[in-house]
This record gives sequence, C-alpha cells and structure tokens, in this order.
Amino acid sequence: MNSVIMDNIARSYGDVRALDGISVQINGGELFGFIGPDGAGKTTLFRILTSLLLPDSGSATVDGLDVVDDYRKLRRAIGYMPGRFSLYQDLTVEENLQFFASVFGTTVDANYELIRSVFQYLEPFRHRRAGQLSGGMKQKLALSCALIHRPSVLFLDEPTTGVDAVSRKEFWEMLEELKAEGITIVVSTPYMDEASLCDRVALIQDGRLLTVDTPTRIEKSFPKPILSVRSARKYELIKALRAYPFSSSVYAFGESAHYTDSRSSVDAVELQSYLRDQGFTDVTVAQVDPGIEDVFMALMT
Amino acid sequence: MRTLPFILQKEFLQIFRNRSLLPIIFVLPIVQLVILSNAATFEVKNVRMSVVDEDQTEASRGLVRKMQATGYFSVVANSPTADQGADLLLSTAASMVIHFPLHFERDLRRSGTARVQMIFDAQDGAKAGVSQAYASSVVVDYSRELGANIVLDGIPAGIDVIPVNWFNAEQRYTTFMVPGILVLLVTIVGMFISAMNIVREKEIGTIEQLNVTPITKSQFVIGKLMPLWVIGLFELAFGLIVAKLLFDVPMVGSIPLVFAMAAVYLVAMLGFGLWLSTMTDTQQQAMFLAWFFMVIFILMSGLFTPIESMPHWAQNIAELNPLAHFIRIMRRVLLMGADFSAIRTEFYWLVGFAMTILPMAVRQYRKVSH
Repeated sequence: MNSVIMDNIARSYGDVRALDGISVQINGGELFGFIGPDGAGKTTLFRILTSLLLPDSGSATVDGLDVVDDYRKLRRAIGYMPGRFSLYQDLTVEENLQFFASVFGTTVDANYELIRSVFQYLEPFRHRRAGQLSGGMKQKLALSCALIHRPSVLFLDEPTTGVDAVSRKEFWEMLEELKAEGITIVVSTPYMDEASLCDRVALIQDGRLLTVDTPTRIEKSFPKPILSVRSARKYELIKALRAYPFSSSVYAFGESAHYTDSRSSVDAVELQSYLRDQGFTDVTVAQVDPGIEDVFMALMT
Repeated sequence: MRTLPFILQKEFLQIFRNRSLLPIIFVLPIVQLVILSNAATFEVKNVRMSVVDEDQTEASRGLVRKMQATGYFSVVANSPTADQGADLLLSTAASMVIHFPLHFERDLRRSGTARVQMIFDAQDGAKAGVSQAYASSVVVDYSRELGANIVLDGIPAGIDVIPVNWFNAEQRYTTFMVPGILVLLVTIVGMFISAMNIVREKEIGTIEQLNVTPITKSQFVIGKLMPLWVIGLFELAFGLIVAKLLFDVPMVGSIPLVFAMAAVYLVAMLGFGLWLSTMTDTQQQAMFLAWFFMVIFILMSGLFTPIESMPHWAQNIAELNPLAHFIRIMRRVLLMGADFSAIRTEFYWLVGFAMTILPMAVRQYRKVSH
C-alpha cells in the first residue's frame, strides 16, 4: 500500500524553482530517503508534505489525506522533525515531551513504549532545559517529541546534519527499530553514505528527481567500471587524469580520485604507467564498486 | 478545548523563566512611576533673572525681593542699562529681564499707577509662559500690598482672578501624571511583550513544530494573549498600589471600573501586538515597529501636552489613539471619581478598537505560509 504519494509537485520562490515536478510513491512501512546536496529542494518538499507550505501545482497525499484539503487530519497522522532544532529551549526535556503529548491529546505514558528506545538516552537529563543538551541529545529529544502521538508517517528533515558520527549511527539504528513498529519513515540527508541505510532512495538535485530505486540497484545501474586513483598530489593528479586521452569522467572522491574510461573496458596497468610517466611515482590504481555518490555525479552532469 | 490549559501552562512557565521579562514586569512600574512622575514636570523653578533698575528705589527693590522670596526667581545680575540686560538674555545667562524705568516709585506714589517691563526668553514657549504667569501674579500681589496699580507692559491688569482648582486642588503634578503613566505600563505589557512573545516563536523556529500539531489558530492566539492579559491587569494593580503608597495619588473613583476598562483596553493592545507580530520575523523588527507606534501614541495621548491644544487635524488623529482614550478614562475615574456615564464615549472607542484590531490580527496570522 502506498503511504505517501506525490504527483508532479512544483513550487517556486520568486524566480527560483525550488521543486520542479516531483512524483514519488512511498510504500507503507518503508524507510525512504531523499538524498541530495544543500539547496536541492528537500526541505521545501518536506514542508509541503507536512502541510506547512502550499505547492504551486501538483498534489500529494499522506496516508490518503490530501496535504492541502485535509491538513487538519494530516497533522494528527504525521510526525515532523524539522532540520533546525524547533523545541522550546527554555523548557526541560520532560516539559517539552509532555507539552507535545498534551497538544496531541495524549500522554507520555500512553506511548512510552514507542519512544522508549530513543528516550532511554535522555532519561538522565529529564530535568535539564532543552537548550542545554548536546546536539545528539537535542536530536533524540526532537525525535521523541515527533513520535509521542504515535504517527503513522514520520518526516525527518536532515536529522543527522551536524551530529557526530556515533550519534548518527545510533540514530539510524533507532530508525530501524521504528520501522519495525510499522511506521513509514521519510528522511532527507545530504550524506550519500546514509543512502545504503534506506530501503529506497530518491536522488534529488535542483528540484528534480534524478532517480528513485533501492540503493543496491542504483549502484548497479552505474554503467562503467570505476578506477580509484591515489596520489599525494591529488590536485595535479586530477589534472593529469583529465588530460588522459581516454578519460570520460574524473572527480575527487575523499582521499582519492574516481576515474571512468571512455572505452568499454579499462586497463588499470596502462593508466598507472601513464601516470608514472607523468611523474606520479606514488600512484596506486584499483578498481572499485560504484557507490551512490558515483551515480549522483554521473547523473548530475 | 482540552488543549488550551496545556498551552496556557506552557506560556506561564516560559514567561516566568524568562530572565529579561520578569524585571520588566516588576521593576518597570516602580522606575517609571518614580522617575517620570517626579521628573516630567511643567513646574518652572529657578528662573534666572537680570534686573535693570533705573529707578533704584525702595519700591523697585521691594518687587525684586518679593519675586526672589517666591523661590521661583533668582537674580543673576544687576545690569545698569536695558541693552546690557538684553545681552545676558542672548548669552543665555539669564532667562528673563525685569526693567524698572526711572520714576517708577514716584509714579506709583503720585498716580497709583506705574509701568514695569519684563522680557522672557521664549525658546521654550511653555517655560516662558509659566514664568510669565508666576511673575504677573507676584506683581499683582505686590500692587495690592501697596494699594497701587503696577501695569505690566503688554499684560492687561485690573481684573482680579481668584482661581479654584477642582479635582487636584494643589495642582500636584504627580497626581496628574500617575494615572497616565499607569496607562503606559499597561500598554508596554499589551503591545511590546505580546508582539515580542509571539515573534519569538517564529525567530527560534518553534512555530514550525507547533504548526504541525493539531493546535488551532484560536488556541494558539488565546494561549499567547491570555497570560499577558492577566499580567497586564496584575501590572495595573501593582502600579496602583505603588502610586497609592509612594505618591498618595487620590483614587476617588471606582477601582473595579478602572479594571473593567483596562480589561477592554488590554484586548485592543494585545490585538495590536499580535498584528505587529504577524508583520515581522524577528523580535528586533517587532521591537522597532512597536517603538514607532508607541512614540506616536504617547506624544498624541495627552499625557504630556493637552490634546485640546493640538491643531484640529491632530485632534482628529488623537481620537484614533487608544492611549488617549484610556488616559482620559483613568484620569476621570481616579481623580474625578467619574462613573460609567462620564466615560461612556471613551469606553465605546476602546470596544471599537478591540473589535477591529483583534479580528484583523487573527485573520492575518496564518499557520500555512504561502
């Protein structure tokens, strides 16, 4: 069953087209990720899906509720965690949680089971003001508050941005547990490495969808072998690779550079000797499996 | 409506945790009442006088002594000529010149009538006017003592006016100011704090989280305004107590009537604050905008300068100033002991403001952005 259906959603801010015809269907109980760089339109899309912003054209339903016409019912059915910490910094952890429970007409006790795994981390800080929590704790509190009314669909806008690596890992584990509870989770992130943690992802860039599929299939869709090239002089290395006559694409990838060839098969040894001739004595070349980021780079251009 | 108590609880919790708000609520009334009602006075003291006495007789010196004895005038110089006296005025060393012509005493004795000239520095028209009135009354007194008639140049004499002041018999300035300053206090809570309190939710982003909850617009607005309405009335009570204990301001009229009027007035001002908050995104913007209106409201309220002496067009604008109406109500009820029938027009104005601005502000406040 489809839980979230977007049909050709468009939205502009003045002359800037933030979203340009987005159509995606998200299945019930799925952990779905929107992956894209800053400014891709992720937050705008989330604000439309949570009834905070009206689309210029197109329509969307969440759990069968129209985001424009049924916004009142919709707000009871969804949980939303904005990218920016939006709880009351001058209220304590407990007061925040109680407040959001009460405005949804429920109590913390009634749904404690659902948030237990998240809230256990916060237990020691129950009486601390939200403003005095660390980034990771704030994020867990925000998630607890978004969950306290047992929503059927959870929207998390860049929940792991600005959070340390350990907290990020913990956070994704918590999402797995929530998925097991049957909650549909829609998450956005600029981190490509988080894509593999989702059931399906949509790559989004400049308000348009590049592709929607499972992370494995997206990686498999990459048509060419990739060579990972390393040298201490990365900048010169990339220039030399671009100058190579058979070069198709070259881009920096963390410590190394990723290279694809314009021919159907690629010879790592040949490339390595070319680079040695160019004076890169420390160069290493190895074939690697394509990742989401490689697909993203290929689709972007 | 089960939700509303929770929202109110949260608002009160936040207000009493706000370190900058509590001092405003409790310290402001005392500071404003003490400083403003004592400092903002129209009384003119220590008028620096330059004496040009061509007569040099007992009669002329007697008048100067009498003026000094009032405590309002002090002699800064005795100038031999009228020109030198005028120079002192120009250099601002003196703010008035009193000029006795030759034969002042002789004329008084012979015909019972003599002339004396007074020149005032009228850069500050109000100050000059008050000094002149003081001086004339001294001259009138002095004439009566001598059984003569001293004519002040340019000022008609001969008619004795016996003033009787009602409702503030001693013409105490604080008595007149305090009711108006109480209005300012209530206005600050109503307009400033409400505007800033609502905008704060926008500025720190909590409105985003609140907007995805089932809280309705009316619940949000009532939740925001009601605590401040209560605090505004508390502020008035606190201010009235301070006014009574510190200044012994007479409270002739019905205190419940004052609170009933304040209750309506606060609705109007809270609505105004809400309206300001719908037009701004940060507390700073809201503050500037509130200031802009506050200055106009205060200057056109009759707090410092009577509305009746404004030009006609300005008087019409002042009719649209809720502050002006509430100050009038406060003065009439507290000082005159007016009952409802005497303030009915003002009351209708306040109701009108409340019923216009609040619905307008609520309509403009939206949960969905376009």
